[in-house]
Amino acid sequence: MKMRTFKRHLGESVKSLRRNGWMSVAAISAVTVTLILVGVLLSILMNVNKLASDVENDVQVRVFVERKTTKNQQDTLKKKLESYSEVKKVTFSSKKEQLQQVVGSYGNEFKLFGGDDNPLYDTFDVQTKEPKQTEQVAKKAKTLDYVNDASFGGTSAKKLFKVVGSIQKWGMIISALLLFVAVFLISNTIRITILSRRNEIGIMRLVGATNGFIRWPFLLEGAWTGLLGAIIPIALVDFGYIWIYNGLQASLASTSYRLLTPGTFLAEIDLLLISIGIVIGALGSFVSMRRFLKI
Amino acid sequence: MIEFKNVFKQYSDDIIASNDINIRIDQGEFVYVVGPSGAGKSTFIKMMYHEEQATSGEITVNNFQLQTMKPKEVPFLRRDLGIVFQDFKLLPRLTIFENIAYALEVIEKEPAEIKERVDYVLDLVDLADKSDKFPEELSGGEQQRIAIARAVANKPEVLIADEPTGNLDPETSDDIMAILEKVNKQGTTVIMATHNSIIVNKYPHRLLAIEDGRIARDEEGGKYGYENENV
Ligand SMILES: Nc1ncnc2c1ncn2[C@@H]1O[C@H](COP(=O)(O)OP(=O)(O)O)[C@@H](O)[C@H]1O
Ligand SMILES: [Mg+2]
Repeated sequence: MKMRTFKRHLGESVKSLRRNGWMSVAAISAVTVTLILVGVLLSILMNVNKLASDVENDVQVRVFVERKTTKNQQDTLKKKLESYSEVKKVTFSSKKEQLQQVVGSYGNEFKLFGGDDNPLYDTFDVQTKEPKQTEQVAKKAKTLDYVNDASFGGTSAKKLFKVVGSIQKWGMIISALLLFVAVFLISNTIRITILSRRNEIGIMRLVGATNGFIRWPFLLEGAWTGLLGAIIPIALVDFGYIWIYNGLQASLASTSYRLLTPGTFLAEIDLLLISIGIVIGALGSFVSMRRFLKI
Repeated sequence: MIEFKNVFKQYSDDIIASNDINIRIDQGEFVYVVGPSGAGKSTFIKMMYHEEQATSGEITVNNFQLQTMKPKEVPFLRRDLGIVFQDFKLLPRLTIFENIAYALEVIEKEPAEIKERVDYVLDLVDLADKSDKFPEELSGGEQQRIAIARAVANKPEVLIADEPTGNLDPETSDDIMAILEKVNKQGTTVIMATHNSIIVNKYPHRLLAIEDGRIARDEEGGKYGYENENV
């Protein structure tokens, strides 16, 4: 196709969008409604993903070292732990440091426990390569010499993984369904406009237009429909997300969990909504046109 | 050049719309296709632009062998033909200018060339002042003149017209005939189906009479005598 022919199709598609008036508005609205739902769903899904990885990073095995263990024995234990194939990183944390932390957050009552009265244990914090491996590593660590006990995030982490997993799964399924419905809605709306143009398409063929020549303006019109339909969803999702983000920031500050920062995240979502809009718009017109361009 | 060899067209068991048609039309001819309603005129003409396909036989139009032609080639066959209908078939959403330009955009002409050519054919049919109107704002006769302008815009070898004056009054029909004769003088083959005997006898040309799907007569300058009550 020549460049000027593509330009011609572009011009034709804009003209047709304008001349179709209310039909165009109806098709754009169908896109708008779908993209609002998709946008909200995507924002939730992507934050759940973020939450899941925050949790994953948080999950580790804590190995409590017997009280009367020498420095050498501790090193042996550390090497042993590091030798496991599941283990990513082992960090030592002395009971003194831990006491200071506790005092820092809970106050001076704990100051009584100085020196040998410190009730805490020296620990090794063990990060595994996969969060799932924590349970297994904790079990193994328990059987080692110089180890008093070993714990991991345990059942609460397990439950969380399950919940996150099902949110992701259902979110994907619902998004896919929504997009399917959108293509159906749009193709139906466009089909009505195309149906009323059935005669016109026949005339175009009589004057020697190829199927491609007839199809392009319709496809582009569908793409415009998708693009215009993305405007309101983008505005809603952007402003809504920033509002929620600012609202939740204070309450999340004390935890190690964070929502995705609006800047890049919203840019991604916007781009995604625009692309989805254009694709379902064009797909919608493609689907509804196929029947008329058989021969 | 258009040639039909042993062409049959059967719509169903009892409807044979073309019955062993053998005909040859040379470049530059003006040919009437006459006959009563239902005789098979439209079918004969539709086969030329591959709207209908022959059940058997061979059809050659310009350099296309229609019985072996692929669907993809159909648009290219039609670019060498200008087609005019009783009901005009203009695109209602496009202005007069855009309607004619469409036939040229299809063959990817440059905008400047399109403008020049559209202006030329609008002059040819004497409707340059209607260029920005929409089809529904024009009278039937004017719409038909636009349809002819569109048909000849890309300088086709053949102009095919199926009852172009069927919906028009006698005076307007004379305007249409004047334009068709002008186009024919410029070298374009004109094939026109009609059952209007006044026109056929007033502007004599080669006459093909079809009856029950057969070519009943083929005469240069032939007169057309029956069905006068239909005029
Ligand atoms: N698409 C079709 N399907 C079935 N029969 C048809 C079709 N088109 C035309 N016919 C029949 O074929 C015969 C010839 O029709 P047509 O070519 O339109 O004649 P004319 O143009 O001379 O009036 C008629 O009997 C008509 O009813
Ligand atoms: Mg007819």
